Amino acid sequence: MITKRIIPCLDVKDGRVVKGVNFKDLNDVSSPIELASYYSENGADELVFYDITASAEGRKLFTEILTETARTVFIPLTVGGGINTVEDFDRVLKCGADKVSVNSGAIRNPGLIDEAAKLYGDQCVVLSADIARVNGEFQVFSRGGRDNTGMEAIGWIKECVDRGAGEVVVNSIDTDGVKKGFDIEMLRAVCDAVNVPVIASGGAGSLQDFLDLFDQVPDIDAGLAASVFHFGEVSIAELKEKMAEHGIPARLV
Amino acid sequence: MLAIIDYGVGNLFSLKSSLDAVGEETVVTADREEIRRADRLILPGVGAFADAADKLEKSGMADVVREEAARGKPIMGICLGMQLLFEKSFEYGEHKGLGLIPGTVRPIADVIPKGYKIPHIGWNELTFPGEKHPLFAELEEGAFVYFVHSYYGAECSESTIALTDYGAPLTAAVAKGNVIGCQFHPEKSGAVGMKILRAFCAMK
Repeated sequence: MITKRIIPCLDVKDGRVVKGVNFKDLNDVSSPIELASYYSENGADELVFYDITASAEGRKLFTEILTETARTVFIPLTVGGGINTVEDFDRVLKCGADKVSVNSGAIRNPGLIDEAAKLYGDQCVVLSADIARVNGEFQVFSRGGRDNTGMEAIGWIKECVDRGAGEVVVNSIDTDGVKKGFDIEMLRAVCDAVNVPVIASGGAGSLQDFLDLFDQVPDIDAGLAASVFHFGEVSIAELKEKMAEHGIPARLV
Repeated sequence: MLAIIDYGVGNLFSLKSSLDAVGEETVVTADREEIRRADRLILPGVGAFADAADKLEKSGMADVVREEAARGKPIMGICLGMQLLFEKSFEYGEHKGLGLIPGTVRPIADVIPKGYKIPHIGWNELTFPGEKHPLFAELEEGAFVYFVHSYYGAECSESTIALTDYGAPLTAAVAKGNVIGCQFHPEKSGAVGMKILRAFCAMK
């Protein structure tokens, strides 16, 4: 049986892992390479590297760190942040990324998804969407959650999947950094709308939040988080054991 | 010396790194002589079947792989590289493969129940239908490996050495003599994947 994936996200700035509360007030946590190895050894099913400042400042991804990580860590790596062209895909894929996530770049040019899916396959293209409730509607934000595009989110996600996105990361701005659990309502709405894997992001504050996620949104494929893992509030190994105890399929290491 | 066949598709960096990690001397190459000199070959691949098959044939690499397979050299296809070993694929039309293993490549949508997502992405368990193949000597049934695919090896039950369950049994690995194919990515399957790569590197 396929397992539910647990994915630590490493937000990288200036070669260091940072995690913002509601995307602001960043705190330095650790070295991306060390953290990636640690997570891999302790049961992470996959890793996401986001260059969180890239879409705002046009900063290029830290390919050296990515290369070094891919040299020593043998689980899937997804890279995002500042992906605007197929050349950006090519650059990170050559450094060992397996999947590439697009966000603001796809909002500016949705055709990027079609182009990349054709070149590298659907499985390589991950749509990442930052979503918040605005006047009772889910809307898509760009530039690391700063700008409201005014676009309705579910329609946007469906469009991107039709264009060739093989996986979707849903990051709820409303629950991000609040640490009171994932955005169950938003995640259900996305899972009901598409038939590709959906990864939940934003809001994990405890081990129980992950169990609740998989219980309450059975169609969700993975839970992604950063600070709860980085600060040791949730141990991935322990989380996996608890998942197995609760009958949630998990890969134990 | 192991040669990773470079015909312009896929993430070869991770594959090379994983082989470095198991201590295998590895070269990533498109040079036919170098491929002939190597003790064993890996045929990687992601993306579309037709495009990859076309690149292999046009570069002359397809013939080299067929010749080396006939000489008994251990060859492993990974993911799309496994699918290319079959006779033909029905991914967007009908396309000819290398024909090294009897079987075809078909959409998983044909066999998996409704509600299962496509692509099949994630960690899934291996089961071994017959006697355990030497490739899996160090693994227990139920070991997890990482899959990413929307098509699968069909009509190949005679050469199937591992299956995985995704609402329906899907071909996870095939072998016919010295020619082996893995639908999953050993280079992305952590410690389990390293054991599989090590076993392949020990094959004569």
